[in-house]
Amino acid sequence: MQKEYFKNIDETLISEVLPNGLKINIVPKPRFSKSFAMFATDYGGADRRFKLAGQWIDTPAGVAHFLEHKMFDMPDGNALNALSSRGASPNAFTSSGITAYHFESTSRFDENLRTLLEFVSTPYFTPESVQKEQGIIGQEIRMVEDTPGYVMYYNLLKCLYASNPVRDSVAGTVGSIAEITSETLYRCHKVFYNPSNMTLAVVGNVDPEKVIEMARELLPSEPGEVPERDYGERETEAPRQKSIAIPMEVSAPQFLFGSKLAPEKKGAARLRQALVGEIALRLIFGASSPFYVRLYAEGLINNSFDYELDYTSGTAMILAGGESRNVDGVMNELSAEIGRIKADGLDKTLFENTRKSCFGSQLRILGSFSSLAQTLADGAFADYCPLDAFEEIKKIGLSDVRDFITVNLSPEKLALSVVSPLER
Amino acid sequence: MNSLTELILPNVVLTCLTTDKFKTNCLSINLLTPLNRETAAKNALIPAVLCRGTATLPDMAAISSKLDSLYGARIKPVVRKKGEIQVIGLYADFADDAFIPEKCDILEQITGLISEMLLMPKTRGGLLLRDYVESEREKLLEQIRGRVNDKRSYSVQRLFEQMCAMEEYSTDKLGSETEAESITPNELTRHYHALLAASPIEVFYCGSAEPERVKAALKTTLAALPRSDEEPDLGTDIRMNALEAEPRYFEDRLQVTQGKLAIGFRLGDCMEDPNAAAIRVFNAVFGGCATSKLFMNVREKLSLCYFASSFVDMHKGILAVSSGIEFDKYDAALSEILSQLEAVKSGEVSDYEIEAAKSSVVSDYLTIEDSPLALEDFYLNQALIGPDCSPSELAALAEEITLKEVVEIAKGVECDAIYFLRGTEEDA
Repeated sequence: MQKEYFKNIDETLISEVLPNGLKINIVPKPRFSKSFAMFATDYGGADRRFKLAGQWIDTPAGVAHFLEHKMFDMPDGNALNALSSRGASPNAFTSSGITAYHFESTSRFDENLRTLLEFVSTPYFTPESVQKEQGIIGQEIRMVEDTPGYVMYYNLLKCLYASNPVRDSVAGTVGSIAEITSETLYRCHKVFYNPSNMTLAVVGNVDPEKVIEMARELLPSEPGEVPERDYGERETEAPRQKSIAIPMEVSAPQFLFGSKLAPEKKGAARLRQALVGEIALRLIFGASSPFYVRLYAEGLINNSFDYELDYTSGTAMILAGGESRNVDGVMNELSAEIGRIKADGLDKTLFENTRKSCFGSQLRILGSFSSLAQTLADGAFADYCPLDAFEEIKKIGLSDVRDFITVNLSPEKLALSVVSPLER
Repeated sequence: MNSLTELILPNVVLTCLTTDKFKTNCLSINLLTPLNRETAAKNALIPAVLCRGTATLPDMAAISSKLDSLYGARIKPVVRKKGEIQVIGLYADFADDAFIPEKCDILEQITGLISEMLLMPKTRGGLLLRDYVESEREKLLEQIRGRVNDKRSYSVQRLFEQMCAMEEYSTDKLGSETEAESITPNELTRHYHALLAASPIEVFYCGSAEPERVKAALKTTLAALPRSDEEPDLGTDIRMNALEAEPRYFEDRLQVTQGKLAIGFRLGDCMEDPNAAAIRVFNAVFGGCATSKLFMNVREKLSLCYFASSFVDMHKGILAVSSGIEFDKYDAALSEILSQLEAVKSGEVSDYEIEAAKSSVVSDYLTIEDSPLALEDFYLNQALIGPDCSPSELAALAEEITLKEVVEIAKGVECDAIYFLRGTEEDA
C-alpha cells in the first residue's frame, strides 16, 4: 500500500496494485457523510473486435452496454435493489472506452462495497432475462434517437472517423442487440471483467485498508489476459467528411464541431497533454476568451456553448458546440481567430489568468466525489496520477498552449455536425 | 458545521454556514419576488443583464478576466421557481484562500464583485445598456423556445401550464415568449430598480470564513442597496383538491419517436401542516427512488417504459409522475401508475419497500451537507417554507416515519391532470 500526501491541496492518495493486476486508488475524506466507489473495466462500446489466445473475435455493437444493464442481476436477486434498499445511490455507465459501476452512500459502506465487487464480478444471465432486456434497451435506443445532442454527436463522429468504432452508438442498434445472447455476455464478461483489466476508485469517509482487503478477498487472485483491441484502420489527420446537417424537432440550430488529435497514450505525458488541452480550449472557447466574448455579444452563440477534450478507445478528440442561428458565421469566426493566433500569438495576461482558472477548476473536482473517482479511474487506465495536476499545471508554458491550438484547431482538421429545426 | 442566520440590513437576511470542509466556497444573493405572468420574463432577464457589465468592469471580457484571475471563480445568474415565488439571484463559487498558491482575499473580492454586479450595472444615461438588454433578451427567448428540446422536462412543464392554468404556478420560471419579446431597456431599467428596492433578500455563504468577516464584507459592499417600505405579497396558493371529479386530459403532438406521459396530483390534506420528511418518504415509496413502486413495477416488472418516476414540489403541494413510453402503451402505463398509487393508499407496502424508501430519503438529506450548492438551495427552501432544522436533523426525522404516516399522506392525494406528448405520425 502506497500513501502519498499532497500538501498543496491537503489530500492523501492511497494506491495499491493487487497481485491479480487490479489497480486501487483511494482518497479518504474523513469529514464527509458520504462515500463514493467506482469499479470500472477498460471495456466500452468501441471494444468490439479483440484478440484472445491468438484469435481475433468479432462481437455485435452494444455488448458492453448490454452487459452493464445485465450485471446487476444476481442469482439471489438484484444488486441495484440491494444497494438502493440500504439508501445507496447505485448507477453505471458505458462509454466508448469504459464501463463503470458506482454507488454513493452515507451508511453501510462496507456492505455496499462488498455488493459492488460481488455483482460486477459475478456473471448471471438467462435467455429470458436477456430477451427482456432487449426490450428495455430497445426503448432506450429509441429515446436517444429523439435527443438532438446524441444524434449530433454521433453524426460528428461519423464525419471525423473513417473506421474507429467510436463512430457507432455505444448502445448499438435494435438490430445489433438482437444478435446478443447470454453466451455472448458470458464470454465478454470473462474476457474484459478480469481484475487485470479493471480498476477500483474510492473517495470518501472510508478505511483504506479495509477497502483493499475486501478487494483482495472477493476478487479472483490470478491475473487475467488483457486482450489486444482492434480499433480499425489508422485514421488520417483530416476528417473523413467535412460536415453533416439533419433536421429534427428543435427550436434553433444546434451545432457540434470537432477534430481528432494524436493522443499521448499513457503516463505523465498524457496528463500533461490533457492539461495543455484544457488550458488551450479554455483560452480559446472559455467565457473570457476573445472568441467567446465577441460571438456572445454578437448573438452568434449563447451560454449553451461548451467544449471538451475527450480521450477514448485509442483516440482523442476536441469537441465544441452549442446553439446558433448562424452556424456558418461561428465557423468563419473560428478560422479567423485561429489565423490571428497563428500570426500574432497569444496574450500573456490571458494565458496567465486562464492557467489560474484551470487550477481553480481542478480544485473544484476535489469537491465532487464522483468526478474525482472518475479521474482516478481514468488515471489508473492511462498510468498517471491525476493529483499531480496541481504541480504539473504550473509547468505549462504559453508556447505549449499556442502549439496545441494551432495544430489541432486548424480549419482543415475540423468537422461540423448540425441539427436544424424542421421546415414547417 | 455552524449555521447562523442574521438580519444584516432591512429585509436582508444572511445565512452563514461556517466550515473548512470544502475547498470551494459559495456566496449567493437572492431577490424574492412574486411569480406572475406579467413580470416573470423581466425578472428572469435581470440577472443575465447584470452579468454583462458593471460600472468598473464594463463588459463580459473584463468580468471574466477578473474571475479567471481569482483562480477560476464563477458568478452565474440563477433563476428559480419556488412554488409561486420567483427567486432571482447571483451565485458565486470560488476557491478557498487556503488552497491557492498566493495570498489573496478571494472572499472580499468576490463580495465586492457580486455586490457591484447587483447594484452598479453598466448603464448609459441612467438606462441599462441597450446592447446588453437586447442581446440577453434574445438569449432568454432562445432558452424559452429551447424548452421543447428536452422532451421530458417539456412534458412536465406543459402539464403544469395546463393543470394550473388558473394559478400563478402555471408561469414558467423564465416567463413566456410573448412577454419576453416586448421587453425594452427603458422598461427593464425601471423594473430593475423597483425589484431591487422592494424584494426581500436572502444571502447565503458557505465556507471557512468566520461570519463576522462575511458580514463585515457584505455590509460594506451592500451599503448602497435601496430599500423601500413596500413589502411584496410573497406566498404560494396551495390548492388541496383536483379541479374536476375526473382528471383532465391534455395532449400535444410533435415529431418524436417515444411518447412522454406526465401526470399531476394535488398532495391534499398533508399540506395543512406538512411534515417534510414524511412527504419525502411517501414520494420515495411511490416513485421517488430506485426501489419505488413505479420503478419496480412499471419499469422493471412490466417493461412498460424506459423511465417512470415521481417528484414532489413541497412549495406548491404537488406530486407529479413523469414517464417515457411507446405510444401504444399509454393505457397500460397510465392504469399501472394509478394503481400503484392506490396500492400505497391501501397500505400495500412491504417492510422492505418502506425501509428502502426511508434509507433513500435519509441519504438524500445527509448528502446535502457534503455540497455547498445543495446546502444553498436547502437553506433557501428553509427560509421560504421551513422547517427550521438542518439536513441531518431531517434525516433523523425521516428514520422515524411509519407506514401509517405514509398511507395517511397517500390517502389525501388526488389526480388532477394527465398530459401526453405523442407523435405526429401515429394514429389518433
